[in-house]
Amino acid sequence: MTNPEHDQRKLTRRDLLHSAGVAAGVVIAAPVTNLLAQAVAPKTSATVAIPVDASRVPGLPSGTLGERSPFEKPALAPLGITTGATNTPHQNLRGTITPADLHFQRHHNGIALLDPVKYSLMIHGLVDRPLVFTLDDLKRFPAETHTYFIECAGNGRAAYRAPKPEMTPQDVDGLTSNCEWTGVLVSTLLREAGVKPAATWVLAEGGDAALLSRSIPIAKMLGDAMIAYAQNGEAVRAANGYPARLLLPGYEGNMSIKWLRRLKLIDQPNMSRDETSKYTDPLPDGTSRQFSFVMDAKSIITSPAAPERLSSPGWRPITGIAWTGRGRITGVDVSVDGGATWAAAELLGAALPHAHTRFQHMWQWNGKPAMLMSRARDETGYVQPSVAEYRRVRGPGTDYHFNAIRSWRVAADGAVTFNG
Amino acid sequence: MADRLIYRGNKILNRVVLSIVLFIYCAACAQADGAPIAQRRPRYELGRAPSAAEIAALDIDVNPAGAGLPEGQGTTATGATTYALKCAACHGPSGEGIDKSPRLIGTVPPPGFAFASDASAPKTIGNYWPFATTLYDYIHRAMPITAPGSLTSDETYGLVAFLLERNGIVPATMVIDAKSLQRVVMPARRYFVRDNRLGSPTFR
Repeated sequence: MTNPEHDQRKLTRRDLLHSAGVAAGVVIAAPVTNLLAQAVAPKTSATVAIPVDASRVPGLPSGTLGERSPFEKPALAPLGITTGATNTPHQNLRGTITPADLHFQRHHNGIALLDPVKYSLMIHGLVDRPLVFTLDDLKRFPAETHTYFIECAGNGRAAYRAPKPEMTPQDVDGLTSNCEWTGVLVSTLLREAGVKPAATWVLAEGGDAALLSRSIPIAKMLGDAMIAYAQNGEAVRAANGYPARLLLPGYEGNMSIKWLRRLKLIDQPNMSRDETSKYTDPLPDGTSRQFSFVMDAKSIITSPAAPERLSSPGWRPITGIAWTGRGRITGVDVSVDGGATWAAAELLGAALPHAHTRFQHMWQWNGKPAMLMSRARDETGYVQPSVAEYRRVRGPGTDYHFNAIRSWRVAADGAVTFNG
Repeated sequence: MADRLIYRGNKILNRVVLSIVLFIYCAACAQADGAPIAQRRPRYELGRAPSAAEIAALDIDVNPAGAGLPEGQGTTATGATTYALKCAACHGPSGEGIDKSPRLIGTVPPPGFAFASDASAPKTIGNYWPFATTLYDYIHRAMPITAPGSLTSDETYGLVAFLLERNGIVPATMVIDAKSLQRVVMPARRYFVRDNRLGSPTFR
């Protein structure tokens, strides 16, 4: 039986009597002066009464989903995108795992809604035995679980092209996210089908309205490539490729085809739109680099960062995330003086291959202007380049696969702004 | 003396033989125990064989050699009609692009393919697309964006002819079909190179 009196996700008369009489506190999203007005208003408000002393009144009953605290409202941005991208709010996150509902989204013609019962994945082309798998078939194979980042090849280009002081980590680098993915290795399925020696590439195709297609070298598909059906322990989110998606660790996100419906083994790259006219890098020597699949090492400070304002001088961590498509992050250097001097930051937890790694550097702010930067290093010896070096090597017109060092300006009043 | 030499020789030989035996043994161990678990698994014989019709229904991709191009044909004239009806609303009447719908037509590549130095240079079919077959593959699978997959092969060939002609790549009289399309060489083709970063610590 549903007792509306107990539906405390909404502001009820009884809640307000509690909060007014027993422990008048805060009402989230409603000024305190409106308390009594809302007490007699119809029960349609989504606000929640927050008691002054939560130990003196019964708490909320359990619900069908674990809601975020009403004080926390992380959100993807922007909204309403069908052929663009929505960004992860890195300024709201502290660990390494991206909550599935905050994973960035990039779709080329909307979020496809696929019925898992009707779902099928076909493998054909240069194989001994063309095969069709149901979702249930995929789940009957031995599973693998890994934490991997997925980063859009266009991550960071907007903030590089047109930096604005008010840009947040979400605006700057929100097109990378990091989840635990569970699924079956592509190599397991390819052994079922039998790869013919002539097969050197695999065309992967989605079942969305863009039928997004990319060519992938066979070595990657026989290596760590996987087909994921679970994300952070539950079914992959609709926007992230439900019910099953390709996942190519360390490669540009566009290749990890969502809503995967077909793998075709082929003897030459397909030269699809997204591997020719898009996601290629014009270089100063008058060429354009193609098949630049692996995402180079990169990092971003997520705090302090816009729109934060430092409340007072003193100790605080400079914290952020670093990642590389070439394996593990081996270190992150932090500068508070615009790159004049650097100090090695602490890496929190194990640096997993092809995963976001969190770093922190304890900093005692002296109340004077500062310029914060982070610089990632990876196990190949690669060091994240400066913006000047990036511009010199790639040219000012090239911005896919952008991975240069970012900086944040701290003003004497504590205001933090993006500095490009 | 001679005995000693033979003895010494045998000693060396023994060591070599022992090394070889050890090496083979270790290699065998590595294969048995060190190989990733996935490589030691059997085939599971899950899944089913698709029918030829099932494969054909999904097998829509077209490659640069022209494999996958279907029957049908089109010309600049038929393409212009289709373009005006189904494409111009988003891409503009002259292929100039509107908002997120990219510019499609631009006849002259910037001198020296200078896209790296000029961020404002629009990348179009005429100056940046390296393969003509990609046009068929992409338009047929993904356009128009409000009704993807709705174009017939004749309509698609016509659009390809129209876009190639307006970009100054083929003459207006040319009939585009499976045979003629695979012979079209795009102006940008010669500029594309493979990834040269390949895990080097040097920023490239």
